[in-house]
Amino acid sequence: MTTSRPTRIAFVVFCTLVLLYLILPILIIAPMSFSSARFLTFPPPSLSLRWYQEYVGNAAWMQATRVTLTVAFLTVAIATPLGVAAAYAISQSSWRIMRVIHMTLLLPLVVPIIITAVGIFFVYAKVGLVASMTGLVLANVMLGLPYVIISVVAGLQSFDPAQEMVARSLGMNRLRSFFAVTLPQIKASVVAGGIFAFISAMDETIVALFISGGQYQPLTKRMFTALRDEIDPTIAAISTLMTAASFLLVLIATTRRKT
Amino acid sequence: MTGSAPDISLRHQRREQLTMLALALPALLVILLLIVLPVGWLAWQSIWHNGFTFENYRRIFSEDIYWRSFALTFEISLAVTLLALLLGYPIAYAASIAPRGWNIVILALVVLPFWTSVLVRAYAWLALLQRTGVINQLLRQLGLIDEPLALVHNTFGTVVATLHILLPFMVLPLYATMQKIPRDLLQAGASLGAGPVLTFWRVFLPLSLPGVLAGCTLVFVLALGFYITPELLGGGRTVMVSMLVSRNVELYDQWGAASAVGVVLLAAVAAIFFAVSRFIPLDRVLGQK
Repeated sequence: MTTSRPTRIAFVVFCTLVLLYLILPILIIAPMSFSSARFLTFPPPSLSLRWYQEYVGNAAWMQATRVTLTVAFLTVAIATPLGVAAAYAISQSSWRIMRVIHMTLLLPLVVPIIITAVGIFFVYAKVGLVASMTGLVLANVMLGLPYVIISVVAGLQSFDPAQEMVARSLGMNRLRSFFAVTLPQIKASVVAGGIFAFISAMDETIVALFISGGQYQPLTKRMFTALRDEIDPTIAAISTLMTAASFLLVLIATTRRKT
Repeated sequence: MTGSAPDISLRHQRREQLTMLALALPALLVILLLIVLPVGWLAWQSIWHNGFTFENYRRIFSEDIYWRSFALTFEISLAVTLLALLLGYPIAYAASIAPRGWNIVILALVVLPFWTSVLVRAYAWLALLQRTGVINQLLRQLGLIDEPLALVHNTFGTVVATLHILLPFMVLPLYATMQKIPRDLLQAGASLGAGPVLTFWRVFLPLSLPGVLAGCTLVFVLALGFYITPELLGGGRTVMVSMLVSRNVELYDQWGAASAVGVVLLAAVAAIFFAVSRFIPLDRVLGQK
């Protein structure tokens, strides 16, 4: 399309500014985390690893990191098979009830997270799961399931179910034909779904604020509490590490999906 | 056709259905136990306290603090939605008309913040906006201001950070819709003598409206229940509905009141989704997340 030159320049400038607004806050954390100053200044007066040492040397932060990683890995280990099984059922069946089930499984994306968090807190308080590892993992499995299901349902859409039929007509049972024929072809979407469930568990904050406590507090809960009190540059170091982990995982997920 | 053939196929179909149900069951159980039951419990608790009571609802509809919070939440959500549309539409448009390569760069810049922890982004905005923050330092060094501006711990800071977090939810559905608009239609408009501006207004914009609706719904609904940014950047004065819920639980131990506020919020979200689903399929709205 041809538009007048000034209009086009104004458009490009506007878009550049909006993109800067989106990306700058994320880019600014890393240099701050390598600052030697006690207070946040930009640009940093001199470079140091002080805040990373503070993070690694602090027992509470380390314990929180262990909790976060344990929760995230267990979440993926549980949510991925459950989500793949459900996604398979959803895309194979034309039964009306399956559509209702499909929508129900996506509920965690629709219900405002604060309501979910408080509701889970009430139930956990009754059954004694507050401040427990089990409770934390279960909640994150629930929150991560929709990501696995959306990703795998999309992956199965481009898969021809006739292939599995062929394998079964050749004598394989359903389970074997799924693992031998279907799974290899939807592997990328399964991996992507699992990775998104991992990131979701790693970043989850609000449910953890209500239900976690004692020695089972994830990183995000400790960060949130620390941010309420004062701005500790240690959080810049942790944020940088978390962001790097997220980006790396998304990169793996998206490049695998393409191939 | 023989009499038994449909019978066998019917039984086969039954078995197939049950197998599929069994496969979906574990995931369904997790969802039922960890979100349906808790939210149901919350709703029950809002009307049951040693017998039926509407006291919680009477209170939130009569007490000033609740009204003000609902009004503020609505205003902030509306402002964030309109700003997101204003900033997001040109970005989505740019991504949809940009040559290959450039559109990937634009989309990457939109998606990267999307996959960064909300907490990390709230922290970044605190660092940028506070009195001794990066922006105030910069403005002072440039000699534009003498006193630091109050950019955070107020509604302004809340809106800036919330908008930042929700903007991708506007751009992605918009882009998905714009990408599907056939280019021949635009060329047809041009060949019929319409200038680029007229083609945009009469052809492109109307065709992108489903994306506008999907994006606005998503952003508005997410803003209604937002918690982290108002809590960390609102400075205690910007009390949004989600904070009413958490304060009633944590500070005042008023589970009934917290539940009633939660139910009202949930009802609002459900009503919006229901209204929107009459215009566009809901899975298209949610598929963007």
